[in-house]
Amino acid sequence: MYWVILALVPALICSFISFGMGAIITTAISVAACVLTEWVINKFLLGSSKCTVCDGSAALTGILLAFNMPSNIAPWIIVIGAIFAIGVVKMTFGGLGCNLFNPALAGRAFLLISFPVDMTTWPLPGQGFGTYLDAETGATPLALMSQAFKGDTSALSQLPSVSDMLLGNTGGCLGEVCALAMLLGLVILLVKKVITWHIPVSIIATVFVFSGLLSLINPVQYANPVAEVLSGGLLLGAIFMATDYVTSPMSKSGQLVYGIAIGLLTLIIRTWGAYPEGMSFAILIMNAFVPLINSKFKPKRFGEVPAKK
Amino acid sequence: MQTFRIGGVHPAENKLSADQPIKVAELPKVAVYPMGQHIGAPAKCIVQKGDKVKVGTMIAEAGGFVSAPIFSGVSGTVLKVDTVIDASGYAKPAVYITVEGDEWEPSIDRSETLVTLKDKPELTPEEIVNKIKAAGVVGMGGACFPTHVKLCPPPGAKPEWVIINAVECEPYLTADHRLMLEKADEILVGVDLLMKGGKVNKGYIGIEENKPDAIKLLTEKCKAQYPNIEVVPLKTKYPQGGEKQLIDAVVRRQVPAPPAIPVNVGAIVQNVGTAYAVYEAVMKNKPLFERIVTVTGKSLKQPSNFLARMGTPMSQLIDACGGLPEDTGKVIGGGPMMGKALVNTEVPICKGSSGILIMNDKEARRGEPQPCIRCAKCVGACPMGLEPYLLATASGKQMWERVEAEDITSCIECGSCQFTCPSNRPMLDLIRLGKQTVMGIIRARQAK
Repeated sequence: MYWVILALVPALICSFISFGMGAIITTAISVAACVLTEWVINKFLLGSSKCTVCDGSAALTGILLAFNMPSNIAPWIIVIGAIFAIGVVKMTFGGLGCNLFNPALAGRAFLLISFPVDMTTWPLPGQGFGTYLDAETGATPLALMSQAFKGDTSALSQLPSVSDMLLGNTGGCLGEVCALAMLLGLVILLVKKVITWHIPVSIIATVFVFSGLLSLINPVQYANPVAEVLSGGLLLGAIFMATDYVTSPMSKSGQLVYGIAIGLLTLIIRTWGAYPEGMSFAILIMNAFVPLINSKFKPKRFGEVPAKK
Repeated sequence: MQTFRIGGVHPAENKLSADQPIKVAELPKVAVYPMGQHIGAPAKCIVQKGDKVKVGTMIAEAGGFVSAPIFSGVSGTVLKVDTVIDASGYAKPAVYITVEGDEWEPSIDRSETLVTLKDKPELTPEEIVNKIKAAGVVGMGGACFPTHVKLCPPPGAKPEWVIINAVECEPYLTADHRLMLEKADEILVGVDLLMKGGKVNKGYIGIEENKPDAIKLLTEKCKAQYPNIEVVPLKTKYPQGGEKQLIDAVVRRQVPAPPAIPVNVGAIVQNVGTAYAVYEAVMKNKPLFERIVTVTGKSLKQPSNFLARMGTPMSQLIDACGGLPEDTGKVIGGGPMMGKALVNTEVPICKGSSGILIMNDKEARRGEPQPCIRCAKCVGACPMGLEPYLLATASGKQMWERVEAEDITSCIECGSCQFTCPSNRPMLDLIRLGKQTVMGIIRARQAK
C-alpha cells in the first residue's frame, strides 16, 4: 500500500508545479476526509477497536480521489466525495478487501453527477504556486477531442503538444496531467512487484490500437493515438485505478480481458458518449464484471499445460 | 535454466549446514520405532518384550503391498511395545529397544568397497525390486512412499525415465546435498539399480543451481561412467522438489489431476537419499535403519548433518549441536515450508526425518492476519494453478462442495500461498482443513 502512495508522489509534485497550492490543499483535504470518515465509522458505527486506518488504504483512496478532481474545487465538495467513497462504497460492503467498486472512482463519479459544473471546470496550468480557488479555467485536451467529433474541424489543431502532455502542461484533473510522472509511478510499481504489467499494458495498448484505427479513418474527426493515450485520466486510471487489487480480476487471463474491455469502453465513451472522459466510468463498469470474470477466467491448472520439449 | 512452469516462490535459502561433513551420531540409550513410518498400511510388529535384536533385525513386517517392513537400528533387548508420539503429532504403536552394544546382523556387508552393476550383472529387475521391498526402503524425501511400489507400474503405464529428486528445495536442509558430495559413486549405482529395476534406459538427476559443487561432481562422474544418466541443473525455486513440479522441470511433462500418477506420463521419481538406500539394500544387503538428518537453525550453536540410526530421539541430535537454544520458539520436523512443529523433542528419527529445524521465538511467531485484499499474489505463486484465496476463504466458510469443484484435492500443501501472502493469512491451515474434509467426503461417496 505504501509503495503505491510513494509511486503517486511524483505526480503530486508535478501537479503542484502545474497548478500551485490548489493541488496540495485538495489532496490534503481529501486524504484527511477519507481517513477521518473511516476512523469515525470504525469507532462509532462498528464499535471496532481495530485501527484499520494504519493500513494506508484510506489515505490512498484520499489521494486517488483528489487526483481525479480539478485543483480549484471547493473543500466541501471534496469532503462529500470522501464521505461517499469511504462511507458508502467501501465501508458498507465490509471495509478493506470487500468493496465491489473502486472507492475513489465511485466517489469521483458521484461528484461528477452531483456537481457537474464544479467537477468539469478545469484550471489552466502555470498560474503560480499560490493558485487555488481563484484559478483561471479553460478547455482540456479531451474537451477539444470531443468538440472535434461533434464537427469542430479546427478543434484537434488546438491540442497541446505531446511534450506539454508528457510534462503536465495542460488543463485537467490534478493528478492526471503529467504523463511522465504517471509512467515513473508505473516503473516503481512494476519494479517493486506491487502490480504486474497485464492490466496497464492491456488498457494502454487497446486504446492505442483502437484510437489509431479511428484516426486512420478520419484524422480530422478523431485524435491521434498518442494524444488519446496521454490525455485525460487514461494513464492514471490504467496504472493506479484499474490495478486496484480489491476490484480487479485474480487470474492473468482475466486481467487481460478486464484491461482490454476497459480500453474499449473508455474510447467508446470518450468518442460517442456524453462525457468527454470515459476512463472512470469504464473502470467502474468493469469492476461490476470482475466476479463474473473471476469465475470464467481461471488460472491454468497444473496438468493442463501441454507437453513440450 | 530449466524449472517448473507454473507459480513458485523463492524463500531465503539459509543453508547453514551446507559445508558441514556428515558426522556419525552416537547411539541412543533407548531406541523407539513407530509402526507407521510410511504411506500405506502400518507395519505389523513381530517382536515381543524381552526379545533380543541386532542391528538390521526386522522388528515389524509389511502390512500390505503398499507398506514396508521396519528394522532395528540398534542391538539390544525389546523393552516394551507401547505407543509414541511421532513427527505427525499422533500417538502410534511403537517398539522400544534398550541399546546394548552394537552388534550387526552378519548378512550385512559392512565393507566400504564400491559394488557396481558391472560386478553383479546377473541381477534381474525382479530381484532388485524384491531386495528393495525386503529392505523396507521408502521415499527418503519426507513423503515415505514405499519405493518398490513405484517400480511396479499399474497396467497400461509405461515408465520411460527415472528422475532423481536432488533439488532439496526446502530452505535450511542440506542432508541430500552432503550425501551427494560424500557418497556420489554409491548414489549413481543406486540410480543405475533403480533404472534396471524400473526397466528404463534413461535417468535424470535434477539438482538446483544453489548446489554447484554437487552438480559439477555428479556431472563429471556421469560423463565418465554412466552415459545414460544426465544431471539437469535447475533454477532455484520452491517447490521444485514436489514430484509433479520436478517432472515438469526436467522433462516438460505435466502429470494430469488425480487419479493420474507420475508413471502415467512416463516418470518414476525417487529421492537421491532413496537412491543411496537402494544401493545399500541391493549391493550391501543392508536394510533401511539409518539416514542423514540435518539439524539446523539460526540460534543453534553448531548446525550439523548427522548419519543417525532410526529410533534415536531428536533431543540427542539437538544436544550434539550444542543443545536447545534459550530463545527457541518452535522445533520443526522437516524444513520450514512443509515441516511440522514437533510436540516434543523426544520424537524418534524415522525413515522420513530429513531435518530438525529450530526456529527462534521471533521467527516462530506468525504475523497478525489482515483482511484479504485480493492481490492475487497467491494465485501467481500456486505451483498447481489453483486459486488459494478462494480455497482458503471457502474452506473457512465450510463450503465443501465449492472447494471440491475448485480442485482442492490437487493442492500439494507446499505453502507457497501462505508464504507470499502480504496479509499474513493462515491460508495453508484452512486449505489443509478443506482438503482433508473433501477427501473424506470423496472416500465416503466411493464407499457407498
